[in-house]
Amino acid sequence: MSEILVLVEHVDGEVKKVTLELLTLARSLGTPAAVWAGPGYGEPAKARLAEYGAEKVYLADSAEIVDYVVGPKAELLATLVAEKSPAAVLIAATPEGKEIAGRLAIKTDSGVITDAVGLSEGFVADQSIFGGGVNVKSRVTKGTPIIAVRPNSTAPEAAPGAAAEEQVTVTLSDAAKAAKVVERVKQEKGARPELTEAAIVVSGGRGVGSAENFAIIEKLADSLGAAVGASRAATDAGWYPHQFQVGQTGKTVSPQLYIAAGISGAIQHRAGMQTAKTIVAINKDPEAPIFELADFGVVGDLFQVVPQLTEEIEKRK
Amino acid sequence: MNIVVCVKQVPDTATERKLRSDDNTLDRDAADGVVNELDEYAVEEALRLKEAHGGEVTVLTMGPDKAADTIRKALAMGADKAVHLVDDALHGSDALSTSYAMAQTLKKIGFDLVILGSESTDARTGVLAAMLAERLGVAQLTLANKVEVEGSAVTIQRVTDYGYDKVQGSLPAVISVVEKINEPRYPSFKGIMAAKKKPVQKLGAAEAELAADQIGLGAAWSEVTEAAAAPPRAAGTVVKDEGDGGVKTADFLSSKKFI
Repeated sequence: MSEILVLVEHVDGEVKKVTLELLTLARSLGTPAAVWAGPGYGEPAKARLAEYGAEKVYLADSAEIVDYVVGPKAELLATLVAEKSPAAVLIAATPEGKEIAGRLAIKTDSGVITDAVGLSEGFVADQSIFGGGVNVKSRVTKGTPIIAVRPNSTAPEAAPGAAAEEQVTVTLSDAAKAAKVVERVKQEKGARPELTEAAIVVSGGRGVGSAENFAIIEKLADSLGAAVGASRAATDAGWYPHQFQVGQTGKTVSPQLYIAAGISGAIQHRAGMQTAKTIVAINKDPEAPIFELADFGVVGDLFQVVPQLTEEIEKRK
Repeated sequence: MNIVVCVKQVPDTATERKLRSDDNTLDRDAADGVVNELDEYAVEEALRLKEAHGGEVTVLTMGPDKAADTIRKALAMGADKAVHLVDDALHGSDALSTSYAMAQTLKKIGFDLVILGSESTDARTGVLAAMLAERLGVAQLTLANKVEVEGSAVTIQRVTDYGYDKVQGSLPAVISVVEKINEPRYPSFKGIMAAKKKPVQKLGAAEAELAADQIGLGAAWSEVTEAAAAPPRAAGTVVKDEGDGGVKTADFLSSKKFI
């Protein structure tokens, strides 16, 4: 079976969950080969990639790769596409992942598909567009299929691979070094999982009413080990930071479970969460469109329901 | 500074959006066309940079005739002039074709800085700015929530999962901006009147010197093979809170093994 390149997402030497999902997908369509770009590679990373079926690991672990925005990773992948002729390249559909995919597509004269939520035989991708209103199947018709896959599109399954390492050296072009990262600023995010990767997301909206009240959303999230999100109404009001906005102009999430509290479910919001597997809604307005999406809904006061739910979860743990 | 701000007309997200049944491309007639929301931040940022550093702001759009409305809006906000890339041959262009056509046009009209919204609300690919940087061979300064220009040096804050990266490049460069980088101004009455007199140059594919095999649906690097309205989600259970709404929700979560 032919090789499928999977660009590894990693932080502090640890492989992120979305990469395990991509390796799992790649295994169903070919032989996964992980591509590690940047520093931090070590035994723990290798073990993880092997556990999820990477037969090979292409290593480009120089610091230079991450010192510049997007260009170097695109050049690295383009080099590998030319040398190894993979059947496809899979990249996580994060904002940066999509940019890498875009530049790679031009470099290799290949088609690119972004935000795939599924992938089947012949690299036919499933996409959910227009805020989840339309489902499409699409495929690349020229070059090497380059597909950016949304986190949580598939459940990661372990299956051992050899993870045979092969060093890759790329001489970066000047164009790839045109945008230099001069400082990385980490903002406090606490112990919660990352919004787009989280298996469970708890979001609050207009009904939450104030920044202080978001504490009850956070408590519920923490009881489930979930990430916290917010609707645009809540971020516009300044109750919760903008980077946590879920929706059309914010982040798109596809978690296993999405709990919406005090969110009416306008298209702006639905566009960002409609592909969640299970949706729970708590809203005092029985007519709120969010209930059309909900697998389980409670018409009631979120200030009663949410704390009770949190307490009940703590009790049952 | 010669700033080109790219804007796109998209179907209003508040209306029902569809693909055409004949070729699975965006049905631009099914919904009202509006300026892509995120592009308004790009226009505002371009105007602020011009106000601070001098120069000129040119609006660039690619789209059918009716996209002229989107140009007018950007001109009414304060941009100086516009270029409208319009040709039936461009219909159905995918991201690769679009980036090709826009890059060719940018080379033709010249620029120090190209500014875009981080994505469009219709296609949502989020790749165009990166693709333009690639095709033009200039610095990719994308996903910015802050932009500073000093001489020929451009520094942005690039939004990341953990906070932001401070990224530096030099002119010419391509910038994309995220929502909330600024507060886009409303066009004033004076601005709306002035916009009517501002020059709009229409360019066809031949005038922009676009190769026929690089544009339009026929040149696309990918295809939509099937499209269907998403089936409605199976109706769930909705209960009224009788003082036990939290407990019942917990029961549901337990039944689904989330607890």
